Formats: sequence, C-alpha cells, structure tokens
Amino acid sequence: MAIHEKSLIDADRLKTAESLVIDGVDVSGHWNTMITPRTLRDYDEHFEKTIMKYGGGDYVYRCWQCGSCTNSCTMYAQNVNFNPRYWIYLTRLGLKDELIKDKDIIWQCVSCNKCTNICPKDVKPEGVMKALAHWMEEEGITEKTPSTKFDEEFWDQISARGRIEDSAVLQNFFKKTGQSLTQDWLVEMIKRMIKHLPLKHLIRSGMNTVFHPKTKSWGKTGDVLKEYVKQQKEAAHG
Amino acid sequence: MAKVAYYPGCALEGSGGPYDRSTRAIVGALNLQMENLRDYNCCGAMEVKNVHPMLQTYLSARNLAIAAEQMGLDTVMAPCNGCYHNLKKAEYELATSSDSLATVQDLAKKADDPVYNGNVRTVHLLEWLMEEVGVDGIKERISKNLQGIKIANYYGCMYTRPRQIYPEKDKGPGSESTYKPHFMDDLLGAAGAQNVDFPLKTACCGGAHTLSDADTSTQLVLNLLQAAEDCGAEVIATECPTCHSGLEMHQVRAEKVFGIKTNVKIIYFTQLLGLALGLSPRKLGIHENISDSIDFLKQKGVI
Repeated sequence: MAIHEKSLIDADRLKTAESLVIDGVDVSGHWNTMITPRTLRDYDEHFEKTIMKYGGGDYVYRCWQCGSCTNSCTMYAQNVNFNPRYWIYLTRLGLKDELIKDKDIIWQCVSCNKCTNICPKDVKPEGVMKALAHWMEEEGITEKTPSTKFDEEFWDQISARGRIEDSAVLQNFFKKTGQSLTQDWLVEMIKRMIKHLPLKHLIRSGMNTVFHPKTKSWGKTGDVLKEYVKQQKEAAHG
Repeated sequence: MAKVAYYPGCALEGSGGPYDRSTRAIVGALNLQMENLRDYNCCGAMEVKNVHPMLQTYLSARNLAIAAEQMGLDTVMAPCNGCYHNLKKAEYELATSSDSLATVQDLAKKADDPVYNGNVRTVHLLEWLMEEVGVDGIKERISKNLQGIKIANYYGCMYTRPRQIYPEKDKGPGSESTYKPHFMDDLLGAAGAQNVDFPLKTACCGGAHTLSDADTSTQLVLNLLQAAEDCGAEVIATECPTCHSGLEMHQVRAEKVFGIKTNVKIIYFTQLLGLALGLSPRKLGIHENISDSIDFLKQKGVI
C-alpha cells in the first residue's frame, strides 16, 4: 500500500506563484504557498515492530499523535528540530529515511521524563527515543554515541563489582571519548573542590580510586545478568 | 517510630559525600532510627536501563529484597533522586507485571540473591522527614533560625516523574505534589528560611548527559541558575546528588567556557536544615561543596 502523505514539508515541495491575483486581490508571494502532496512507497511496514523489540520502544503503537511529548520536551525547548511526536509518527509509518535525517540529535534525549509523565496513552516516549538511538547504532547508521559509551562504562563496573566509583567512571569516560582531563573548567572545578576540603576526605577519595567500592555478596549476580541480557537480545534480534 | 534501611547509593559514597554526611548528622540530631542497607549494590542510575530495562529493575529489586529478607525492615529510605526513582519504578513494575516479577525471582534464585516478594516500600529522605518529624517537629527543634536566607528549592526530574510510579503522591493536603512539589519548601520554611516562588522546581539539569552532552547540560543548568537569581534567590537548595553536582559543575563550566558568571550558592537541603538544628558546618560537609558558601553563611549569621 502506498501512503498518500502531505505533512512532511520539504523545501522542494513548496510551491509559490510569484504573482497571482484572485478576484482582484493580490495574493502574490507566500500568501499563495501550496504544499505538493507526494506518494510514498519506500517505507518499511515492519519498522514499528522492529522498534518495539528494543528496550523502551514497547508501547510506541499506542500513540495518537496529540503532541504532548514534544510540547513538554526539555530538548525541544533547546532545539525545535528535536521532535519526539514527529519521530514517533515516522516510526509508526516506517519512514526510516526521514528519521535518519535527524540521526545526530535523537540520542540527546536527557531522560527528564516530562513526556512519559504527561503522555495520555502511556507510550513512554523517553523509551522510544532510546530505542531509536540504539537501532541507529546497531544498524551502523550512527557511531556509538557518547551517551552509549557512558552507559557501557557504568554497566561494566556494575556487572564486575556491583557498584560504581564515580571518579573512575568520569576518568574512563573522558579516556573513551578522547577528551582531556586538563580542560580549563575541570581544573578550575577541582581547585574549588579542594579549597576548603579537609585532608581526610582527600585521602579517602584517593583510596576509592585504588580500592574500588565493591558489593561483597555480588558473587555470580553479574554473570547471571549478563547471560540474561545476551539471551534476551538474541531472542529479539536473532 | 519505625526504623528504616538507609540506602545511600554510589553517588553519596563518592562525589555526593557531603549529602551523606549531612543526612547522617541530621538523622542523629533528630533522633531518627536508620540502619545501613547491608552490602547494597548500585541501582544502575540512569544508564543501565539503556543496556537493558530489566537490569535496572533487577538491581533495585535486589536492594529491596536485602532490606525485607535479610534485615527484616519494611521501608528503604533513599536521599538520592536517582536511587529513589529506580526503587519506586521497580516497586511499581513488580506490583503491576507478574511477568517481570517472575523474571526477577528467577534471576535471584540463579544468582543466590535474596528473593523479592514485594513486602517493602521506598521513601525519599524528604518524605521520611515529613512523615516522622514534619513542619511542627522542625519548628520545635531549631536552634538557629534561617531567617533572611532566600531559597529556591530545586527538586529536579526524578523525584516526581513519571507520576505513574508515585501513586502515593497527589493525594491532597499533606501529600506531596508531582506538579508542584513542596516538602523541601515546607521543611526549610519551618526552619525560618524565605522560600522564593521558583518556577523551575522540576525542570531538568541535563544530569543524564552531564558529561556526554556537556553544552546542553550547561545551557539547562544556566536556565536554573539565572531563573533562581531572577526570582531573588541567594541559594538553590538541592535534594539529589546528581542535580547538585551538575549545578556546581556547570556553574563553573558556564563561567570558564562561556564567560557567564552566576553567584547563587548551591547547598544541600540537609546542610541548611543541619545548620538550623545547630550542627557545625564541618559536620555537615559544607566545606566540601564546590560552590563556596562559607562567607555567605557567615554573613547571614548561621555559622
């Protein structure tokens, strides 16, 4: 089935007559702008099902396009191209090419949960954003985003020891993303941090980086969870 | 008075150390009963669910099961919004999905972990203080009035959102509001502080991407800092270690990278409450904050 679609407005489908007079009224220029409709055949009718198999995307099918997610979105207020409602629309229609145009910003969702909080259909749009970002990484459409690298650093530490040590997360993250630890603002922050800091706290944070905090009873929990995730991913994506 | 299991979480063991110390100090001063959650694990913060959602549910269920099955306690108290949110989310998911509950119990048996059975609840430190002490209790116990300190109370995202996982909120007078939370306002107000009307109480600080998308976080934090100053606040009171570190860190970054300087102080609500209870700033970890409020607090006559 072809989709007769007119709401995705590309610049080359905007038609404007330079000079046009109707019943003696001059409607030249943008007063007479028309949008040429188009018929799409290159959509993926299974795409919604694909996204539903990624963690967080389970409820994308419930969306009725009210726009509350975009309206409440923290990132939309920073950048109007960040539009969860629109991406959910594209997902449901299977218009992957249109989605891919926004591949560099979808991962920026800050998980503030304003959308999930307000959604009248419990779509959990925040989860859909994560599912889309993961799909793009797994398909090789995007590189691993800094956010994913951060997630993996976290999980590496937890699966190994049950806990994280935040200065190690920070250091490893900067290393993995090729950033300097001597950026001006980081140096200034550390200066301010130690300005009044009692010596014993300084020593304790030093010790934490050598002897990582650990959950003693962690035992085989990390391995059991890793095995579970592996099985689940194989079952979902083959 | 019922004893609770105290779940500090990883942040309070590390960069959120001052929040941990000031929490323990005020709990002692108020004669409340808590015991450390034994050998807890990380809740997975905001990251692990992106690897797989069940991981986050399991990590929280394991902590809840330690309190119920190994310590015989029916309440876990968490001062960190991230931990609190994850525990509440697990509580909600496991109460509403028998599939998730079966998975969690099965994984626990395989891993020789305590098995979650649902007979335990989670409260935030703010909720626990309101429950056990309340506004009148604070008024009776203050020895140093916070009078004249203008405060913007900042609750962040995870304390109220999504509302679905907080069924006990929005129940009218006495309960917390997800739309306009007020427990921190109530407690600090009882200690004499002047709370300003702050419209960004539950706006986002960008904590999830505080390092991975630093420019966005700096912008979001600047919104909060500048709005607080515009509302006449001298202090932003925080109740989450991630928000607190984010605000401190990006206040410095805004100044150094973008040349935008703000002067509002960032202080944990437990530190402010502790001062009102007559505790020393050192005991409350005020010297360890990056945002330097020592001179300001001296000038206000509270230290």
